[in-house]
Amino acid sequence: MKITVNGEAVETRVSTLAELLVDLGHGNARIATAVNEAFVPAKTRATQRLVPGDRVEIVSPRQGG
Amino acid sequence: MPEFYGTKIASRLMLGTAQYPSPAILAEAFRRSGAGVATVSVRREAGGGRAGPDFKILIQNLGVAVLPNTAGCYSVRESVTTAQMARELFDTDWIKLEVIGHADTLQPDPFALVEAARNLTEDGFQVFPYCTDDLVLCEKLLEAGCQVLMPWGAPIGSGLGLNDPYALRSLRAHFPEIPLVVDAGLGLPSQAAQAMEMGYDAVLLNTAVARAGDPAAMAEGFAKAVDAGALAHAADPMEPRDMAAPSTPVLGKAFL
Repeated sequence: MKITVNGEAVETRVSTLAELLVDLGHGNARIATAVNEAFVPAKTRATQRLVPGDRVEIVSPRQGG
Repeated sequence: MPEFYGTKIASRLMLGTAQYPSPAILAEAFRRSGAGVATVSVRREAGGGRAGPDFKILIQNLGVAVLPNTAGCYSVRESVTTAQMARELFDTDWIKLEVIGHADTLQPDPFALVEAARNLTEDGFQVFPYCTDDLVLCEKLLEAGCQVLMPWGAPIGSGLGLNDPYALRSLRAHFPEIPLVVDAGLGLPSQAAQAMEMGYDAVLLNTAVARAGDPAAMAEGFAKAVDAGALAHAADPMEPRDMAAPSTPVLGKAFL
């Protein structure tokens, strides 16, 4: 299915957000996630099912003012 | 020294972490300034990326309180989701809430800001709202649950200083028990001293230090100015007057 990850179109066969993160190489990295503009806590990534057209955001700490 | 949501901070200077020439210069600026709070953000990370983890280590090594922001957000939903992601990444309920309403001035959207502040407070966040110096807006933010106010001095990154000293003095007078921080727009240490002389609890700045020719020296300059301004406020300054008043005694002057 086609989804969007951090603004880029991605073709994937995974069914959950947790699987997507492994597939994209995030492994155990300290990241935070949102799907369709809603926050998805780390503890619910395994049960967060993805469907075609979902918009996934994956962020990490950065410089800020 | 300021206290935010029950946490005492050992400095009246809060520093941003963006735009420094290098991580080493950032760390040196924090060391020489003694700043007690570092603002940070969250941004997109690619798989296997090291930017996030490396920055997190750098921040942890500063040994200061961390204040994540929602910089660049233009809606309630965007800012709330960003705050929730920041809380998970930085393990803190503190959030510097920015909800921008105007792209050129980066002026906060006061209506969305109050709504987002209420939502986040109800979700357990301790909100530091980046706001304008509007008295009614600040009252609404307090009603929404904020226990700190961070009015702008001038637009972010402008270096213009305190554009409306009357409004800032008014906020201080109306909210004597609320921690007040001038956030954004400062360009020189003298402007930070001016905020402290008004009785503000702290200042938050980034560009003025990070974009200086020598960021670490400028950071130290701001630290000294903040201390000088706070000392002056505590010392109860004289009232200005229109007419001269001789400081040297007139009595006893030789009659020539």
